[in-house]
Amino acid sequence: MLRFLIKRLLLASTTLVAISIVTFLLFFAVPSSPAWVMCGRNCSPERIAQVEQSLGLDQPITKQYTDFVKGIFVGRTINDAGTIRECDAPCLGYSFRSKEPVTDTIERSLPVTVSIVAGAMVVFLTVGIGLGMLAALKKGTVFDRVAIGASVGFASTQTYTLGGVLLLLLVYSTGLLPNPHYTPITQDPLDWAGGMLLPWITLGLINSALYARLSRAQMIETLQEDFVRTARAKGLSARVVNRRHALRAAITPIITIAGVDLGAYLGGVVITESVFSLNGIGREAAQAVQDLNLPLVMATVLLAAFFIVAMNIIVDMLYAVIDPRVRLG
Amino acid sequence: MTDLAGTAAGTATTTTPAREPLLKVEGLTKHFPVRSGLWGKGSVVRAVENVNFEVHPGETLGLVGESGCGKTTTGRMLVRLLEPTAGKITFDGEDITHTKGARLRKLRQDIQIIFQDPYASLNPRHTVGRIVAMPLQVNGITPPGGVKRRVQELLETVGLNPEHYNRYPHEFSGGQRQRIGIARALALKPKLIVADEPVSALDVSIQAQVVNLLRQLQRDLGLSFVFIAHDLAVVRHFCERIAVMYLGRMVEVGTRQQIYENPAHPYTRALLSAVPDVTKLGGHGRIKLEGDVPSPIDPPSGCVFHTRCWKAQEKCSAEAPVLLPNPNGSISACHFPETGEVV
Amino acid sequence: MTTSTSPAAAAVDPEAYLQVRDLKVQFPTEDGLVRAVDGVTFSVRRGQTLGIVGESGSGKSVTSMSILGLHNPARTKITGEISIGGKNIVGMKEQQLQRLRGKDVAMIFQDPLSALHPYYKVGAQIAEAYKVHHPSASKKEATTRAVDMLDRVGIPQPQRRANQYPHEFSGGMRQRAMIAMALVNDPALVIADEPTTALDVTVQAQILELLEDLQREFQSAIIMITHDLGVVSQVADDVLVMYAGRPVETGSVEQIMKRPQHPYTWGLLASVPSLHGDATVDLVPIKGNPPSLINLPTGCSFNPRCRYAGQNGNRSFSEVPELRPAGEPGHNVACHMSFETRQRLYAEDIAHAGVAQ
Repeated sequence: MLRFLIKRLLLASTTLVAISIVTFLLFFAVPSSPAWVMCGRNCSPERIAQVEQSLGLDQPITKQYTDFVKGIFVGRTINDAGTIRECDAPCLGYSFRSKEPVTDTIERSLPVTVSIVAGAMVVFLTVGIGLGMLAALKKGTVFDRVAIGASVGFASTQTYTLGGVLLLLLVYSTGLLPNPHYTPITQDPLDWAGGMLLPWITLGLINSALYARLSRAQMIETLQEDFVRTARAKGLSARVVNRRHALRAAITPIITIAGVDLGAYLGGVVITESVFSLNGIGREAAQAVQDLNLPLVMATVLLAAFFIVAMNIIVDMLYAVIDPRVRLG
Repeated sequence: MTDLAGTAAGTATTTTPAREPLLKVEGLTKHFPVRSGLWGKGSVVRAVENVNFEVHPGETLGLVGESGCGKTTTGRMLVRLLEPTAGKITFDGEDITHTKGARLRKLRQDIQIIFQDPYASLNPRHTVGRIVAMPLQVNGITPPGGVKRRVQELLETVGLNPEHYNRYPHEFSGGQRQRIGIARALALKPKLIVADEPVSALDVSIQAQVVNLLRQLQRDLGLSFVFIAHDLAVVRHFCERIAVMYLGRMVEVGTRQQIYENPAHPYTRALLSAVPDVTKLGGHGRIKLEGDVPSPIDPPSGCVFHTRCWKAQEKCSAEAPVLLPNPNGSISACHFPETGEVV
Repeated sequence: MTTSTSPAAAAVDPEAYLQVRDLKVQFPTEDGLVRAVDGVTFSVRRGQTLGIVGESGSGKSVTSMSILGLHNPARTKITGEISIGGKNIVGMKEQQLQRLRGKDVAMIFQDPLSALHPYYKVGAQIAEAYKVHHPSASKKEATTRAVDMLDRVGIPQPQRRANQYPHEFSGGMRQRAMIAMALVNDPALVIADEPTTALDVTVQAQILELLEDLQREFQSAIIMITHDLGVVSQVADDVLVMYAGRPVETGSVEQIMKRPQHPYTWGLLASVPSLHGDATVDLVPIKGNPPSLINLPTGCSFNPRCRYAGQNGNRSFSEVPELRPAGEPGHNVACHMSFETRQRLYAEDIAHAGVAQ
């Protein structure tokens, strides 16, 4: 286990370094400059040069990259057109656009994304897996057909369609739900939940559909396993067989998929955040790309990569805990 | 030791004319590295350890033993699907141990393999015609009369209807699929066929059909076979000479008569005695082997069989026996070989 | 057309622990009705072993599953009678069946690696089997019982082994653990479905001996389901040969192995290579393939593969043969040919090939 962890952590760091380098290179390969974005189309070349200098973009790429890395580990001093800013580690630089430290932007937007994803996850793990498992146990019945039919419908819906329709129906026309907004949970838990309800339902339903079909297929396969037959042959009741023997085996691969999904979502759920005008990581990232806001682009890309890599490691370790046959090494 | 085994193997093949062997295997060894423990202390699975044998033209050699004895690994090395760790394979006078590229492709025409699972070894999206024609096309061979005609001949040879040329594998039963696999193996007119458990996945009544087919092909086409199987009765029925393996080592080699009527190695005796025999009702008078086959990662010292052998003495755990000729004519690796017929 | 086996011919032993009468198991599917078992009658006494022999699709495994009542009643049609210790379980409620399963009737499956749950320790799985039928037993008692059983089936260091997972066991040890689990409640009837097919011969010999040993100790009735005539000849007292869901021959192991009467039994014996006799003689295989259970041949299901079909005019193709006494007491065969014809054909064509030699 220890050996596995060390190996994987090394691999993960290498991945993150590689991603940061590629992002950096890609950024400079774009035939445009943040200075143009900031200063407008009719800017004089002198002004552009000035802006670029103030952003530090006149430095060689390698220098910029090493500065960036140095900032993360020991902090750095940034000279923005005469204004000296002390940026303590972990320093991800200053946003080109808002001039605030990128860490502040992340600190503000990450809780939003985490709130959306955590709630949605609860919805699709319970509803999705629950429906899927039930459908598998009642395979071929009306319940199964309706559940699977509905999940095909939801799965083929896009977040912006479903989100838009729900927004119109539940908020604008009837006022059943409050307009989506973000209140920190520490401030007012009820309002936090109320503001998140619609995104949870939207993201939750669409993913429930996928998870329902996945878990149904898994469960049906598991129910045909020899060890399920053995459990029945022991004289165990159907409930015990299903719960203790079949479910445990069927759910393992689903947990791993959910873990990887969680990693991907924590890096930002761009469309959900946009549909409901919530300023999460996804929206910040999308905006940063449009603005060619290098520090924020780097930060969001690395954050997303970090979550994915971290969840992958966690999922692998979890797998080893659940399934005694899996040996890490 | 290799020399001794070589000459001894010569004695053991008195039934075949003293010609150059088609296939000669010397000191063949395969180790698979495995990691274990906290820091991945490297150890090796000694799957095959210093195996020597010969196959003469037109001869059928059986490799028998229980799972994990190294018979399948040996077969895969013969057709170069696995790279030997050490040793030498000579085919038709040529050292093929490390042959590569075009020469290897040419070699694959002469040595073919038939697998155990007829379901898994046929591409479900290809017609039978295409499957059987594939070896011809890959090697750019156009037989006289055309590919299709040759394929239909082959289908007929293995007892399939040539009109089934355009059907897909799923339309055939298990036994018929194994026939397709055999037709494909025959397409390039090989000199040697390595058959790895070719009938063990089939129903009993179908097994006999395929065994008979292989026997007939062997007779008609003068093919040489290395026949790998765990079923001793099937091997007895098909092979003139038999090599018994245990834990990666060859423990006894001899003719059908030597091995089945007068085996010298205690393991061979135990193996034969364990086979349930329809002609004897009730399971009495069996030689019972205790426990399981030891791990090939950490094989026992001396004679690897000593942990389960009822005749084991101090010498057996200290000193590894070499293959030596026995009075019965077989060669075996045992310090205290058995004599006398099996009951 | 007669479809049922006359109970008079295949006499059911009224003393027997298990009595199966005219059992039929059918699965309606989209392609048609699958007649997996089409009228079998047999019985097993405690302390006796019945071998059921057949190829894939012969209905031997379906028969065993129905004795445990494991078929989904919604998707299976079962008729006939399965009497276990005097109780007919055909049509019995699931809850009552559960009390029987694992307690009165236990099963040993073919592949112990897939039949044991990969996530639970071996000891826990055996303890669970004990606890379900002994609800008042404490967890500790159940665990002790599991360790005792592991010890009884010859697993060294049972205490330590109970704490391991199935994948940490060798094939033979796993099958021993499976047997321990089956016997933990002292069942009167044990069904072993190809228990040694996945094992090496030396291990197979160990397991067969263990089963015989345990049978002597617990006086259980055993049904040994296998395609391997060798295994049957070692352990069985009586044999039932099945083909395409129907019984074709029943009798003592001696009768079936030494004086078989049905051409299918002949086929099985003549097609299995032997360790004795002339190895250079070709085997006599059964031609063709087993039929589809949805679309059985009319008349005798074996007629397309039988070398002697048509010996009695058209009867092979129009009339389903019933099990009838075949000379000796207890020996029954479902074949249209006369006893004399069968005797002559066996001596002429069969007795020299395969294990029939």
